[in-house]
Amino acid sequence: MIAIELAVNFTLLGFLLVTALYISQTNRLFRAVMLFGIYSLLTASLFVSLDAVDVAFTEAAVGTCIATILMLSALSLTGSRKEVRFRRKNATFAVCVSIALGVALAIGIMDMPQFADPNAPPNLHVAPYYLQDSYSEIGIPNVVTSVLASYRGYDTLGEVVVIFTAGIGVIALLTGRFSKPKD
Amino acid sequence: MKQHLILHVIAKIMIPFIMVFALYVQFHGDYGPGGGFQAGVIFGAGFILYGIVLGKEATMKIVPPPLVYTTAALGVLLYTGVGVAGMFLGGEFLNYSVLSADSVAGQHLGILLIEFGVGMTVASVMIILFLSFADYRQSDSENTN
Repeated sequence: MIAIELAVNFTLLGFLLVTALYISQTNRLFRAVMLFGIYSLLTASLFVSLDAVDVAFTEAAVGTCIATILMLSALSLTGSRKEVRFRRKNATFAVCVSIALGVALAIGIMDMPQFADPNAPPNLHVAPYYLQDSYSEIGIPNVVTSVLASYRGYDTLGEVVVIFTAGIGVIALLTGRFSKPKD
Repeated sequence: MKQHLILHVIAKIMIPFIMVFALYVQFHGDYGPGGGFQAGVIFGAGFILYGIVLGKEATMKIVPPPLVYTTAALGVLLYTGVGVAGMFLGGEFLNYSVLSADSVAGQHLGILLIEFGVGMTVASVMIILFLSFADYRQSDSENTN
């Protein structure tokens, strides 16, 4: 069972790496947008294998569907569907920086607790309380919903207001800005 | 995209299932994975699929922009309203326990209502984003609002 999980994870991460490398290589914006959609779908699959199904829903719907369509709309609005030319003068420096950062992050990850370790610090703070007492206090089996909607209801309200503000911003920027002033 | 018959047919078959799945995620969020945000995004994606296959005019007939603007605001208002209702009933802001005589039933009711508010706002904003982007060029060329 663990071998299968490992194989799935390595396959997905391998595909992610290939997609990311291809995105960094391509100079066609349309292709890059579609590849970002695939990248997002692979990330969603990884979330499923990490048992975070609700995050996977969100990633699949937002990252793969809506973000891709918005990027395509933006491409068609700006009319820059052609190739972009890179200046590849300082590419070696950028590659070195990226690799150094990657190695530093990989070293940093070694200090992180194991995935789903019950004794990891984040799992010892309020998590045991939520797991033990949320059903008797809130009465719904899904602890994630209890935490998001009730214990952290204020944060969720903030998130909804952020989304609402984003909508208002888009309306203000893209709708009716060219109306003629009346004489 | 009206000449693409296969896309047309497949989209029309899929959209009802997407909508029902969104409603399932919305109202089953207490028991299974999901909740208002996920449901709203899936619901919005259903409309966006309709929009890219059948065109923005057809979409605007079903969801006129003034209606979507209103529901986006109503979602936030519902969420805040539930919070304020808790204050009037003697609890803190967003304390759902006082919404009903039984504290657990009150929590359940509060979560159902605020998740519905989240779903409404998220779905509306997703549709707004799509329609605004799709409609931009027209407003540019016609030089009107």
